[in-house]
Amino acid sequence: MVFLNLLLSGCARKQEEERIKIGVILPLTGLLSTFGQSVRKGVELALEEVNKGGGILGKQIECIIEDDESKTDGAQTVVTKLLTKDKVDLVLGEVVSSATLAIAPLCQRYKVPLVTPSATNVEVTKVGDYIFRTCFIDDFQGSALARFAFENLGARRAAILKDVKSDYSIGLASAFSKTFKEMGGEIVNEQAYAAGDTDFRTQLTSIKASNPDALFIPGYYTEVGLIIRQAKELSLRITLLGGDGWDSPKLVEIAGASAEGTYFGTHFSPQQPTPRVRDFVSAFRQKYNEDPDALAALGYDALRLVADAIRRAGTMERVKVREELAKTSKFTGVTGDITIDENRNARKPLVMLKIEGGKPTYLTSIEL
Amino acid sequence: MNWKKLLLLAIPLFLWLINYPISNPRLFNPYALQIIILMGVNAILALSWDLVAGVTGQFSIGHAGFMAIGAYSSAFLTLNYHFPFLPAILFATLLSAAAGFVVGIPTLRLRGDYLAIATLGFGEIVRVAILNAKSLGAATGLKGIPILSSFFSVYLALAIALWLCLALLKSQPGRILLAIREDELAAQMMGIDVVKYKVFAFSLSACLAGIGGALYAHWTSFIHPDSFTFMKSIEIILMGVVGGMGTIYGAAAGGMIITLLPEGLRLLLEQNPVLSQNKEFIRMLFFASLLLIFILLRPQGIFGKKEGV
Repeated sequence: MVFLNLLLSGCARKQEEERIKIGVILPLTGLLSTFGQSVRKGVELALEEVNKGGGILGKQIECIIEDDESKTDGAQTVVTKLLTKDKVDLVLGEVVSSATLAIAPLCQRYKVPLVTPSATNVEVTKVGDYIFRTCFIDDFQGSALARFAFENLGARRAAILKDVKSDYSIGLASAFSKTFKEMGGEIVNEQAYAAGDTDFRTQLTSIKASNPDALFIPGYYTEVGLIIRQAKELSLRITLLGGDGWDSPKLVEIAGASAEGTYFGTHFSPQQPTPRVRDFVSAFRQKYNEDPDALAALGYDALRLVADAIRRAGTMERVKVREELAKTSKFTGVTGDITIDENRNARKPLVMLKIEGGKPTYLTSIEL
Repeated sequence: MNWKKLLLLAIPLFLWLINYPISNPRLFNPYALQIIILMGVNAILALSWDLVAGVTGQFSIGHAGFMAIGAYSSAFLTLNYHFPFLPAILFATLLSAAAGFVVGIPTLRLRGDYLAIATLGFGEIVRVAILNAKSLGAATGLKGIPILSSFFSVYLALAIALWLCLALLKSQPGRILLAIREDELAAQMMGIDVVKYKVFAFSLSACLAGIGGALYAHWTSFIHPDSFTFMKSIEIILMGVVGGMGTIYGAAAGGMIITLLPEGLRLLLEQNPVLSQNKEFIRMLFFASLLLIFILLRPQGIFGKKEGV
């Protein structure tokens, strides 16, 4: 009853008119807490910068950061709180697709824009016209990697080794093969494995026999590390490349020296030589004493993009903010220039890294 | 006892009457309603677990599995075949009961830790099966489930479940279940078919968990295999233990308190400018410490007695 009273008095409390309220839903405790904490750091840094610069529309932004304990129903409870008790103007979050899918219908029903920094599942933005994302989706990534293989690596014959148990891997593989064929390349061999496998020699031997220029491995770092290692053992002397599932220090740990000279695409690299990234990295180091990872950069970009859309809208009216979010074009972020397309997904460059000296090194950015 | 029968009729009527104002977002805050609904659902789940673990003495750590079966089967029917809510719930109930029966027959010959591990395995099997079932949304989850649960349906289900369990405890089968908990060997010596009654308790419990799952799915409108992990089973156990194992009202109260407490802490911490920094850690710390203190001071749970029922 005490809590109930608190709830009701909370609703009745006079809302402050001076601030722009943004609700942020992140998994700050529980299974996914490392992801949530990274995004949070990025968001808080962006918030500090925007507010130091005088805020937007003469108002300061207030971020109400809530933890959903890495649970989908937790995310729903929290979003209901933000929408009905705090009455936020916009919601930022969640990190993973499942929780974002759980909260998206509520934001759509209350007509409050929802911007997710990192949910890559295609279904998320299909929920409704108030749902946006500032990261690329799997289809885009697969196509961009195909372009990289064809144009930058000069590959004409490619092989694919995909994880049949993961939607992510299958999606990446089909987008890659579609674009690669459209550009005039040939997929000479397509092999499969299942997450948890440890021996890939059969598939690799078959791939070796078909003599491709490049091998595309859209998987996660645990298996990919072993694949790279075994490819080396079978003296498979072709270029290996993959997507953001490779992006973990564990990859080099597992693959060892065999990882040298492989390529992968991801969201962000702190080594990018643009002034924007350099400023961000140094500000981030100053505040947290560590290098930003991809999720921190995505969180940073998401809040800045939202602030920019509100500034362009010139008002806090949600309909207008939604319109401006949809119109976002060439927004300069640290993860690249972001354009929101007609499906409310982000079009942005894919950052290509090459593993050199045991470390991923920034190579180039690929745009479609 | 005429007034008791009247009371039984008055409860649904009362729930039905307050359902309208409580479901209206202009009259009642939807956040509070969300918490109240989850409290009801979790109370049903805790009750379901208590029936097996508290009353019959068979420790289960796979209740999220039964809940998932109820949630997915009912959602599948309402989503794809536009079933009305009641038949969908009934089907979900039957299916979970059948699952409880099927799991019960081989595993309930096991005892103690072995049984616990077998039920844990069952819960994981259900989750992984769903994760690989394309028609159930696989890793994407099932979205767009019609919102058919309401304050009325959830609390009516809870009231019926409470009444059912209380009636059971007073009946002969209920006494037998208690006898099995107290001393399985002695019960067997008295001529009780222990396995049969254990399977019965398991099926009934699975049935309740299935109802809880169905109500949950049709409230959140989105279900995902990640919502039915091992951790969910542990959460259900926590509710049952805090409420008091083997006590019917206790289990329901435990379910409600464990749901309400973290949200209450969220709101309390928000009022305090110092604590609201890093509030998520302080919240979890508070929650954990409160539980620890509670269990130290009152190991038998809220409604529990030192001995027996």
